[in-house]
Amino acid sequence: MSRCLFASLGLVWSMLATPSFAQADAASTGGDPFGSYQWPDLKREFLGSGRVEFDARVKVLAPAFAEDPMNVPITVLADGLRDVEWITVLVDRNPIRKVLEYFPVASLPRVSFRFKLEQASPVRAAVKTRDGVWHVGGALVDSAGGGCTAAGETRRDGSWARTLGDLSARVFPHSVPVADADTGTHANTRTGTRVRLRVMHPMDTGLVRGIPAFYVNRLSLRDGAGRELLRINTFEPVSENPVFSFDFAEQPVGRLQLVGTDNNGNRIGGPVE
Amino acid sequence: MTRLLGVACLFVLLCALPAFVFAQPTQADPATLDYHLSARAVAPGVFVVEGANADFSVANGCNIINTGFIVTGAGVVVVNTGPSRRYGEQLRALIGRTSSEPVVRVIHLNLHPDYFLGNQAFADVPRAATPATRAGMQREAKAYEDNLYRLCGDWMKGTEALLPDTDAKPGVERIGRHEIELVALRGHTDSDLVLIHRASGVAFVGGLVFSRRIPTTPHAQLDAWQASLLDLAGRPLRMLVPSHGVVSADTAAIALTQRYLAWIHTAFRSAAERGDDMNDVLRLPVPDEFRQWAAFEAEYTRNVANLYPRYEQAVLKPRR
Repeated sequence: MSRCLFASLGLVWSMLATPSFAQADAASTGGDPFGSYQWPDLKREFLGSGRVEFDARVKVLAPAFAEDPMNVPITVLADGLRDVEWITVLVDRNPIRKVLEYFPVASLPRVSFRFKLEQASPVRAAVKTRDGVWHVGGALVDSAGGGCTAAGETRRDGSWARTLGDLSARVFPHSVPVADADTGTHANTRTGTRVRLRVMHPMDTGLVRGIPAFYVNRLSLRDGAGRELLRINTFEPVSENPVFSFDFAEQPVGRLQLVGTDNNGNRIGGPVE
Repeated sequence: MTRLLGVACLFVLLCALPAFVFAQPTQADPATLDYHLSARAVAPGVFVVEGANADFSVANGCNIINTGFIVTGAGVVVVNTGPSRRYGEQLRALIGRTSSEPVVRVIHLNLHPDYFLGNQAFADVPRAATPATRAGMQREAKAYEDNLYRLCGDWMKGTEALLPDTDAKPGVERIGRHEIELVALRGHTDSDLVLIHRASGVAFVGGLVFSRRIPTTPHAQLDAWQASLLDLAGRPLRMLVPSHGVVSADTAAIALTQRYLAWIHTAFRSAAERGDDMNDVLRLPVPDEFRQWAAFEAEYTRNVANLYPRYEQAVLKPRR
């Protein structure tokens, strides 16, 4: 019975997601291109009273469906915008809707990561420019569901405690694919420098019985002189053992250092080379 | 006009193709939940029941598997039971229409859902799988049921996993007039059985070989998989029945599968070395040959999700 209900809900969702339906009911979705009834609330709660615009220059790359709802890959690209101060990633239909906040102090306005998706939903990037305007783009990801309410692998086998906070990382010179402004896909030209890193952490959402929320909440990448290059605030929906990609137009100077914490006060960090 | 000409050419071309390419299954009918299964004899006593060469969908009833059965003279041996209770029932009815012999055994070639979710129709028959496959089915059955109900809807009504109840033993066994060999390999999953009908050289190769269809990889180990394909290529086989893709009277699909897996390995390794993220890998230029195979869009996305993290982790340097 519950399965039948599940299947029919999926059908209703796919109908909701069609653009024609969205247009038919623009008033109650705040003109959302995805026709999501959550959007007006989401906007009020996370973007405040500032000006908010749907903007094709903000691209969210994601697969059309979540093969692994615990690890849905997202790339946000806001290369077309100048003076980006802040990128917030929001998921309409997740029980915890804010995934991360990214501050590209000296990096390009792009970030890649994976997150846990509870059910089919729009995934949004809201990009705040210096003039105070939020520019919003998104992608729809279908899902079999269950990403936020299942325990991670290292939580299930208990290995998380042995690897907690372990960092692996690498700097890739001349590695950043040049984004095609229209499609978000990349050409073969590569420029700039990409930093990729993985932090071992269970990233417990607090939604699995008996396991309180336990997650990395702040990471900062610094150059050889200790200057902050970027800062990222992460929340419960970011995947277990998170992997991030950050892009720079020029190779940062000196030996890079990651510093950060989780919500229990554990320190996280180490050299990034 | 040119379009008409094109259609005419296509028609002529199709007529010129050998009959086995034509043997597309009759379409499943979602209105009546009838899979319209049909049995095609590929050797004396050996039948295949072909599914759509596609991804799971309501339109095809989620019947994307090629199952089969062998009428041995001492009962019928069934190879895999399909994606749902309904499929199992319709397969059993089809066997009843094709042969008067009773079903004496079911063999599951690996743990994937459409290899055993039709088992409720074979509750009275010994159902065999390797110990690793049996353990895997037990572990994954609940998730399989949920996911196929979501993807396939009404086709799944009444389906509950009924697990195999006996261990399959590798080796040659004589059943009735037929010698049947079970070969235990691995790589597509932790345990991949291949069933060879010795007299005809027809091999039910399960998930180890995909024929003009993008391989599925949720449990794949590529090096072990390639070793198994080498093993198969060295055997005197005459016809392959892959679980997914086109059934044809040759063994060419072994090389197709080898080529695709090799491409994945090389492409993913170099992507990881130049720092690609998963979304970059999803947008890699995939050779046309593979893009034309069935289920490309969905299955390549799954390949990336299943396999890329291993390549990526191999190039990130650990720090303490």
